[in-house]
Amino acid sequence: MNAPHDPSSVGAATAQNATFNEPLRLRGGAELPSFEIAYETYGRLNEARTNAVLVCHALNASHHVAGYYEEDRKNIGWWDNLVGPGKPLDTDRFFVVGSNYIGSCFGSTGPASINPATGKPWGADFPVVTVEDWVEAQARLADRLGIERFAAVIGGSLGAMQALQWSLSYPARVRHSIVIAAAAKLTPQNIAFNEVARQAIMTDPDFHGGHYYDKGVVPTRGLRIARMIGHITYLSGEAMTEKFGRLLRRGAPGFDFDIDFEVESYLRYQGDKFSTYFDANTYLRITKALDYFDPAADYGGDLTKALARASAAFLVVSFKSDWRFPPARSRDIVRALLDNRRIVSYLELDAPGGHDAFLLEDARYHGALRSYFANVDL
Amino acid sequence: MRADLETIVHWVPRGARVLDLGCGDGSLLRSLWREREAPGYGVEIEDEAVLACVANDVNVLQVDLESGLSLFADGSFDCVILSETLQTIHRTELLLREMLRVGREGIVSFPNFGHWSSRLQIALGRMPVSDTLPYEWYETPNVHHCTITDFEYLCRRIGIRIRERLVLHANKPVTLLPNLLGSLAVYRCTAN
Repeated sequence: MNAPHDPSSVGAATAQNATFNEPLRLRGGAELPSFEIAYETYGRLNEARTNAVLVCHALNASHHVAGYYEEDRKNIGWWDNLVGPGKPLDTDRFFVVGSNYIGSCFGSTGPASINPATGKPWGADFPVVTVEDWVEAQARLADRLGIERFAAVIGGSLGAMQALQWSLSYPARVRHSIVIAAAAKLTPQNIAFNEVARQAIMTDPDFHGGHYYDKGVVPTRGLRIARMIGHITYLSGEAMTEKFGRLLRRGAPGFDFDIDFEVESYLRYQGDKFSTYFDANTYLRITKALDYFDPAADYGGDLTKALARASAAFLVVSFKSDWRFPPARSRDIVRALLDNRRIVSYLELDAPGGHDAFLLEDARYHGALRSYFANVDL
Repeated sequence: MRADLETIVHWVPRGARVLDLGCGDGSLLRSLWREREAPGYGVEIEDEAVLACVANDVNVLQVDLESGLSLFADGSFDCVILSETLQTIHRTELLLREMLRVGREGIVSFPNFGHWSSRLQIALGRMPVSDTLPYEWYETPNVHHCTITDFEYLCRRIGIRIRERLVLHANKPVTLLPNLLGSLAVYRCTAN
């Protein structure tokens, strides 16, 4: 039986792969001799090729931005509430591209891919990739798709770092940069969370120094803990209280170490789920990409100088309850853009969802994005 | 258009870089762009107004004026506008200083609490309600009312030089007894 057709869904999506045989030199010094990028597109590129929007994903998402897969209808794109016909990022008007970053475990070349030099999975030998490298790879995808200039590049969290980096690496190729729940660099506290997650993975006996693929095991314990830590920091304290309170799973304290509180059950569930689909080597690399991102580093820490290259118009959005990427970090970006006299609007929304608010539907948030996109000329 | 806004549009030099504090839905910034080719940014805290600015294609920054203008570098604007917002600010002195730190010139407008109708209503024992003060005391966003004389006294005290003044009532200029007959005052000022 077919589900009733939802007119605001892009419908069945098809993941595609693009292969690039020109080597990609990485910021860390290594080189990928060739690579693949998994991507999806929604809507149609207009004749003048002026309506393309690149959606950059964050830590655990993929190129599956909107719609569902015919063979797996429950697998809905991660930003389906934003992208579709008549939605804020309207696929009747825009040609939307979702691209999976290299180093991922969802289709683009990553640690689980075969290393052409050895004929075996890269594993621990897969290089550390950075936000700059992702933008380089995405630029080649844009070339392949015939997109000279994006109407907009948009992303939240790690995706926002890519949207910002696009405006610096290829200023002439981005008209609007939409930077949500972002930071121009992580604070030591933020790096610390990433390091705990990495340590959880690397000290798992099943990690085998990153070469676990041929051992037939997965460092699930490490991944579970890494995900639990992540989840705690993506939610606000207020949202957790709202969601779980101090509800006891068994009605009364067990005076043992089984699940007592609802929040424990939630974290265990999220950790278990994550460890079945996410790759540990990928997790290590993306947290490093987050840690290394700091466009101001080459300018003596001066973000104003770093952003002088950008020529796009910017929309910066932050959420007050987000303590992992708090509004102060977004204001740093806005201040640097203002110093450079760039076109910028900044929204600081009082939404309760914490860092994850960028994925949630909020009338003000989506209303602003809808209006903003409506004013993007084609 | 509100009478003080017409004056403000007229006072802003062509092509000036403008910052509008408490910009509402951004209509003043739109007029400034249309009529004076003056590019600018608005600062606004209310969600609804911020969304209206985005819809109106006006650059808007959602930050709280009470914490000063730390987003903006010294002298980064030709003109900073505070139109009918002064009376809603808690830290008045700080904001006036900040205005003239980030802008070469400030334009301030506010409802004159010294207008005879306010004085009369108070004399009769009620808080004033009028066209320029349209709120009941229990619902007003205003926290610091002042008269023309009060404002000019504060400017003198903190070293703000008044360059030009226009007092209005019912959209018409008032020259006779302005603190008694004017309901709205517009000032153009610079640092001393």
